[in-house]
Amino acid sequence: MPATPTNVPEPSRTDPALIRNFCIIAHIDHGKSTLADRMLQLTGVVEQRQMRAQYLDRMDIERERGITIKSQAVRLPWAPTGGEDGTPGATHVLNMIDTPGHVDFTYEVSRSLAACEACVLLVDAAQGIEAQTLANLYLAMEHDLTIIPVLNKIDLPAAQPEKFAAELAHLIGCEPSDVLKVSAKTGEGVGELLDKVVEVTPPPVGDKDAPARAMIFDSVYDAYRGVVTYVKVVDGHLGKRERIRMMSTGAAHELLEIGVSSPEMKPADGLGVGEVGYLITGVKDVRQSKVGDTVTLLNKGAEEPLGGYKDPKPMVFSGLYPLDGSDYPELRDALDKLQLNDAALVYEPETSAALGFGFRVGFLGLLHLDVIRERLEREFGLDLIATAPNVIYRVIMEDGTEHTVTNPSEFPTGKIAEVFEPVVRATLLAPSEFIGAIMELCQSRRGTLLGMDYLSEDRVELRYTLPLAEIVFDFFDALKSKTRGYASLDYEPTGEQSADLVKVDILLHGDKVDAFSAITHKEKAYAYGVRLVGKLRELIPRQNFEVPIQAAIGSRVIARETVRAIRKDVLAKCYGGDISRKRKLLEKQKEGKKRMKMVGNVEVPQEAFIAVLSSDSAAGEVKGKK
Amino acid sequence: MVPMPSVLPDGEPVPADGTLPARALDGAGDRPLGFYLHVPYCATRCGYCDFNTYTAAELRGSGGALASRDNYAETLAEEIRLARKVLGDDPRRAETVFVGGGTPTLLPAEDLTRMLGVIRDEFGLADGAEITTEANPESVDPRYLAALREGGFNRVSFGMQSARQHVLRVLDRTHTPGRPEACVAEARAAGFEHVNLDLIYGTPGETDDDWRASLDAAVGAGPDHVSAYALIVEEGTQLARRIRRGEVPMTDDDEHADRYLIAEERLTAAGFGWYEVSNWATTEAGRCRHNELYWRGADWWGAGPGAHSHVGGVRWWNVKHPGAYAQALAEGRSPGAGRELLGEEDRRVERILLELRLADGCPLGLLAPAGLRAAGRAVADGLLAPEPYERGRAVLTLRGRLLADAVVRDLVD
Repeated sequence: MPATPTNVPEPSRTDPALIRNFCIIAHIDHGKSTLADRMLQLTGVVEQRQMRAQYLDRMDIERERGITIKSQAVRLPWAPTGGEDGTPGATHVLNMIDTPGHVDFTYEVSRSLAACEACVLLVDAAQGIEAQTLANLYLAMEHDLTIIPVLNKIDLPAAQPEKFAAELAHLIGCEPSDVLKVSAKTGEGVGELLDKVVEVTPPPVGDKDAPARAMIFDSVYDAYRGVVTYVKVVDGHLGKRERIRMMSTGAAHELLEIGVSSPEMKPADGLGVGEVGYLITGVKDVRQSKVGDTVTLLNKGAEEPLGGYKDPKPMVFSGLYPLDGSDYPELRDALDKLQLNDAALVYEPETSAALGFGFRVGFLGLLHLDVIRERLEREFGLDLIATAPNVIYRVIMEDGTEHTVTNPSEFPTGKIAEVFEPVVRATLLAPSEFIGAIMELCQSRRGTLLGMDYLSEDRVELRYTLPLAEIVFDFFDALKSKTRGYASLDYEPTGEQSADLVKVDILLHGDKVDAFSAITHKEKAYAYGVRLVGKLRELIPRQNFEVPIQAAIGSRVIARETVRAIRKDVLAKCYGGDISRKRKLLEKQKEGKKRMKMVGNVEVPQEAFIAVLSSDSAAGEVKGKK
Repeated sequence: MVPMPSVLPDGEPVPADGTLPARALDGAGDRPLGFYLHVPYCATRCGYCDFNTYTAAELRGSGGALASRDNYAETLAEEIRLARKVLGDDPRRAETVFVGGGTPTLLPAEDLTRMLGVIRDEFGLADGAEITTEANPESVDPRYLAALREGGFNRVSFGMQSARQHVLRVLDRTHTPGRPEACVAEARAAGFEHVNLDLIYGTPGETDDDWRASLDAAVGAGPDHVSAYALIVEEGTQLARRIRRGEVPMTDDDEHADRYLIAEERLTAAGFGWYEVSNWATTEAGRCRHNELYWRGADWWGAGPGAHSHVGGVRWWNVKHPGAYAQALAEGRSPGAGRELLGEEDRRVERILLELRLADGCPLGLLAPAGLRAAGRAVADGLLAPEPYERGRAVLTLRGRLLADAVVRDLVD
């Protein structure tokens, strides 16, 4: 193991020629965090005794699930092993930019990639590349990054390094022998990998005399310090105590602190061309420091922002309601707090006749939804009902007016000319034996096959156009069960399409239950109605009267079940010794009654709402990780 | 009938001398006072039973001689003398005495009359007091019944349950069909004015026709009172285990509802009128006045292991085991295991839940505004009768009787 490098270049005065900015892209359990940990140790920035597993993942949820949600950048000094004589070379500065690993955060990934010149493509030697990694690999290629292919977990008995090295070589057009083989767990090959990073990563290029331009690739809210903004300086120089300007909004701030992470925050005099570090300006809301935005100086600032900035746009919506209506203010406060650190989270108050007061919340995707819901429940102690996730629809009426529908119950009545739904381009990777099953599934979800390629003899990549609505509805689960968990999926939004969509309403005893309304394709409306009505019949207890449960499109009933009236609800005996017990039973029953939601005259247990609306199955991909 | 659930409630402790809070006796003069005497013995335990009762085998070795049924009458007398002390100078005589179990008739008739004698000595019996004992058809004969009548009992309640052999077998009842009807005749011959038959419906394997046959046999025997109870399969009983193992089928609530309607129809046709959800009598005099004490919030002292008492808003219950019970009395302590002091709202809720089960119903004046609105809806839904409602009383309709608990839940709001 090389000794900790000496003569480490200082931030603000680092020669760009010595800087290497790189990221690691990997599937969620392919060992990225373990590799990052090993690099921290090997470069000496974290001492052995301080090491805890997955040092860089800050939130409990991330640690527990082993996934990385927010990216971070760490400055690592590394003197590569020299040439033939084995003397160390000059000490370089490696900035490792950690990228989010999930489909929902494609935009954040693209900004992280834009801050790098190279990317380590990390693949489990026992499993091969997965769809999300492939998608991110394509993204990295689009950004002209140098790709460093690496197989991890070569210590595993099930590892097949030759097979997957060939697969990677085929994908990126290199020789199988160019694929590095490491074990992040044991540390084997990690030093060689760092050497390789120094060797092949192009140094950043920028004009140090031009007006300062730095790209924000992450923005994190910290309760004590306010928003911490991570940037890469492209041109010029940012110095401490200078006044800066956000180019998308024009907002000006004073730099209270500037510095680098190694991995604790370390203040510096400034950041120069090619350097990666953080800024603190005292703002309290990540919306004021948006990922992708360009930071310049207030005086003599740049005229042109760096390219590629986009506003985050929610793709998936769900109604979040407190189980106990009196928790509504707590839910609002909790969302306010989460929003400080999540520029993509949007919400507005919503009222449901069945569920009471809540919020319609917009998310980047299903993982985002699941993470937010879990944080609300765990960190804020809220019990929530989440309605089934849905997408945004654009509805054009015959009179030419247009509606944007983010909640099925707002689907307009009247003469509808056309309905547009968002579509995605999905990439699925699986062993070739599952081609048939995947095609069948995608076909049943209204998919259109765009193409198919063999990555290796027995692994295939399928590309589909699919309506996003079909993916948010238990697609992951279906894919998993049809491929015994071997398939992986990635998707990116590609626009919208016109489709034959209808709204299915559910009526209990003649009253519409807004929370159960859904927008489905016309051909699937019947199946949806029958399934939901059947499920509700199981879940709704018998009442004093007969309760018809109907599914309807407009006024046309497409499915019907009946909960028969309860005929007996009386204790046979009530004598002297039964009275206390009976009164206490009555109190308990009344407590139970409070947990019932009244829909018209029908008492519906909250469990019924949860069971019917539960979006757990939709987020199955995330839950899979131990 | 048995005021004896298998599980005791939680409550505060009862003082060692059994003293009541002073206010418990406020206005006592306006309330009738009754006694319930529990006999915690059975020859065998029936598969459906979860009452506080013990077979000789179950008592062997636990509590020893103290728990024996040989000197039970004397042990119980001890508690009645304690009651006298606790109630102090309360001048009320006993309006009713009810001996239940268990199987009271496992004791010699003299023991039962001796227990009654202690009440007569300590409190006195009101003129025309109702004195009832439960009896098992197989454990009485004309001589036994004559001895009871002579000792002051004037009402007897037989556990008939069913007229069908296969139903009795599932219930583990050992008497033969026909024997309970014969008991009625023997009781009448011995001079009992009032005779009740207890019936159970909804036993696994029972059909509607079996039930009709039981009802016909019962009314044919000429009692002036019939109680009909849906079989409740209590957790922990032998019957619950047999149902769980699939040895006998479970009856459902819809069948229970059908059987109840059959009971109402047959009993009404035979000249009986309902006066409580599970009780029918031929005349007003035939009603069980002791049970009415429970339903109308009167005072009663329940003596015996596990028995519940109520005096002026104080409810307490005795320790369950006969050994522990006898031990407490032998040491001069109250056998009370716990008690609760009912608050105003508790008493309001109890009045509603008890009185609504009666044919007279409960006064609308007991209801809060939300409960009153619920009562209006219940009338519209056919659960409460419109005519009494106009007069200010909530009275269940036939359908309402079957849904009484649901109506109560709405009315107590």
